Amino acid sequence: MSMTATTEGAAVRPRLRWGLPAYVVLVLVAMTLALVVPKTGYVLNISLQATTYAIAVLGLTIVLGLCGQINLAQAAFFGLGAYAVGIGQTEYGVNFWVCLLLGTCMAAGFGALLGASTLRLGGHYLAMVTISFQQIVTLVLINWIPVTKGPDGVRAIPRPGFLADGSTYLAFCIFMLALLGFLVWKLRDTRLGRAMRAVRDNELAAGVAGIDVYRTKVTAFALSAVLGGIGGALFAGGFSYVSPDQFSFAESVVFLTMVLLGGVASPIGAAIGTGLLILIPEWLRFLKSIPGLYLAIYGAAVILIVLFMPDGIWGFVRNQFDRFKRAAGSVLGGDTLQLSGGGTGSDMVMEVRGLSKHFGGLKAVDEVDLTIRRGGVHALIGPNGSGKTTTLNVLSGLYRATSGTIMLNGRDVTNLPPHARTAAGLGRTFQNIRLWRSMTALENVMVGAERPGNPVGGDSAALLARSRAALAFVGLEDRADEVVANFSYGHQRAVEIARALAGDPALLLLDEPGAGLNSSEKVELRDLLKRISARGLTILIIDHDMTLVSEVAQHITVLNFGRRIADGYSADVLKHPDVIAAYLGTAPDVAA
Amino acid sequence: MDLVLQLLFTGIGIGSVYALVALGFVLIFRATNVVNFAQGEFSMVAAFLMVVFSVKMGLPYWVAFIFALLGMACLGAVFNLAVYYPLRHRTYLPVIISTIGASIFMANTTLAVHGPEPEVLSGWFDTPGFMLGPVYLDNQYVLIIVVTALLVALQYWFFEHTLLGKKLQATSQDKEMASLLGIPVAVMIMITFIYSAVIGGIAGILVAPVLFVSIGMGATIALKAFAATIIGGFGDVTGAIIGGLALGVIETFGAAYVSVPYKDGFAFLVLIAFLIFRPQGIFGERVAEKA
Repeated sequence: MSMTATTEGAAVRPRLRWGLPAYVVLVLVAMTLALVVPKTGYVLNISLQATTYAIAVLGLTIVLGLCGQINLAQAAFFGLGAYAVGIGQTEYGVNFWVCLLLGTCMAAGFGALLGASTLRLGGHYLAMVTISFQQIVTLVLINWIPVTKGPDGVRAIPRPGFLADGSTYLAFCIFMLALLGFLVWKLRDTRLGRAMRAVRDNELAAGVAGIDVYRTKVTAFALSAVLGGIGGALFAGGFSYVSPDQFSFAESVVFLTMVLLGGVASPIGAAIGTGLLILIPEWLRFLKSIPGLYLAIYGAAVILIVLFMPDGIWGFVRNQFDRFKRAAGSVLGGDTLQLSGGGTGSDMVMEVRGLSKHFGGLKAVDEVDLTIRRGGVHALIGPNGSGKTTTLNVLSGLYRATSGTIMLNGRDVTNLPPHARTAAGLGRTFQNIRLWRSMTALENVMVGAERPGNPVGGDSAALLARSRAALAFVGLEDRADEVVANFSYGHQRAVEIARALAGDPALLLLDEPGAGLNSSEKVELRDLLKRISARGLTILIIDHDMTLVSEVAQHITVLNFGRRIADGYSADVLKHPDVIAAYLGTAPDVAA
Repeated sequence: MDLVLQLLFTGIGIGSVYALVALGFVLIFRATNVVNFAQGEFSMVAAFLMVVFSVKMGLPYWVAFIFALLGMACLGAVFNLAVYYPLRHRTYLPVIISTIGASIFMANTTLAVHGPEPEVLSGWFDTPGFMLGPVYLDNQYVLIIVVTALLVALQYWFFEHTLLGKKLQATSQDKEMASLLGIPVAVMIMITFIYSAVIGGIAGILVAPVLFVSIGMGATIALKAFAATIIGGFGDVTGAIIGGLALGVIETFGAAYVSVPYKDGFAFLVLIAFLIFRPQGIFGERVAEKA
């Protein structure tokens, strides 16, 4: 099982260095076998189909597995590539490679267009729009006879000269599959791959961590279409004949089943699923004697996989392995975290003027002014329903302000989307923790470190070191490679703070960080906040715990019913009669 | 002008079917926040059941109709238990995939059991239609329009004026709160699925004499019904009805004036246009913005 090693090779695991050479050897062996082993036409066809389909299924690994978006038109993209190679060569005499490129570009273009028009909306829309696109493509393939040859399909599609022999062509397809599979596997641990996974696990947190969610999704979708196009182009060369029914909605479902069966999380799953679903039907050929039976079993298999094997075959196998996996013994770097606090600009990190947020007739935030000085801890407090969290959501861009201006580090960010505000220097945590639960603590923090505009910047090694330092700062470096879903509540909160710190923001917004923590965790939190502040990062904190607030904050702003009722140094504000009245109520006989 | 009126009538007739199926979509969506991609197959299965009971077994039309709807009620219950209920705590993605699997399963099981030949199902009436001024009114289309109107009225009354209807509404708006108030949420969801299957079945039986009864009819109807819900505004009952009617009319005119082979493509083009320019639909609220 040399391939096991290849997927386990996460960020830092030196013991798996032999994974890549083993993979190369495996691929070379497969290519040699394809070249030298004599095969019947039947075996060659099955092998060609499996390899080219697997490339298209890799596309679904990206879009569904990494990014969590559904694509029910993979057969249409597959068809675009196939028809480009077919029609381009037979009708217009264009070179095979040019056709392949054109087909891929066409798939990418349609993929991007389709994604761009619907990815702002929820997943249901995407599912339906991709089905619609699939149907339109099928309709066009059948009915645009002058160009597509209609239901008869395109015949006698040539291969490039040096690949004319079937075995050579198969070896070439295996090479392409191996190469693309390797790239997809690598993609997982790149910046883009992490961004995709963050979007999949929690879109809102991804946006606030500085990821352009929409662009990430469109990219994933277009990449998926590209792989569909390449697979289709190679398919057309392999079979020398294409017709519309090969690229119907049913085939899109077949692709989907393949990736689900094998496991969406890894390219190995794509290979397993494709192989099985091409071979099994061949073994069960007798089923095809009754029309529909075979696809009925397909449909039932989809439901059963979703119900009982949500991670697919490869995911299931991986889970068994993980039980015996030793904790990665990586080198601890210690706490070397440096925070620039947004540099040494003006005295004010954030200036908010006349900020309002109305929901219909409800004035949740009403003409609030807020000035946050550089350095120190500023607290925003108020009774329940006073508009604190709404204010924070407007500040971080999750809500659009009804009126008012927000200046961050001297820059007007009032109308920027969340990820752009993060790029401008904002970091935040959520009251109900929003981590990417299937990712490790380190990966979570790395996405934070990768925020655009991070002054630390530099190469990936520097960002990795910074992420480890941020985890060390919150005391979790030894658990860096564990998946955060298994962390305690307090530790998850710490990872969320580390994620924000790794991006070296100019201002850190903490939304009720003390909520749900026990008393000893609260003490740890208080010390952590003091240490952050001591390194020069400005904090705006919302919390109910007055002990915590009075201990860490130098400056307090009080909201009630969406309005600012007090603002000033902690000690003064906490003695302010309006504040006491807002928190404790006023005695009716001494009403002011 | 006569042709326009004629096309308008036909469009509204076929649009009523889309509206009925869209209604089933919307009900399940509101109860479970899940789009049931097998909704169209309910129509297809019902039409085949009708063929079995009415044509093959020779039962009287209304007896066959009741049997077919009973069958649909059972199917709705089984569907809920096998396809939705075990996944109710997962995200929408597995549920979508599962309903797609169910759709393929239902279509192809029907194919395996029945075979690929389309069937002809005669309508309720013996006479084909009558002239009203310059417009020829096909009896079946008239029936479709009337039944749709009746069902919509009935559903309105049911949801707004009965306790069960109110409980169903409460379940769809906040399951947790509903269950805290003693409403059996699982039962409510079960009722929703059964009702949706039956209403989808009625649509299928009504439209069967107009189209052929074929394996593919479900997928086509479902896609258009879904397009109708988006055009009308997702999760909005009025929107689904208006959207369905609008789509039927657009499609009929498109087929008459633009192109017949691409008739089925118009719905998707309209759908994509709406998604780009007005994703919230005609009646819907903003779809995005959730924090």
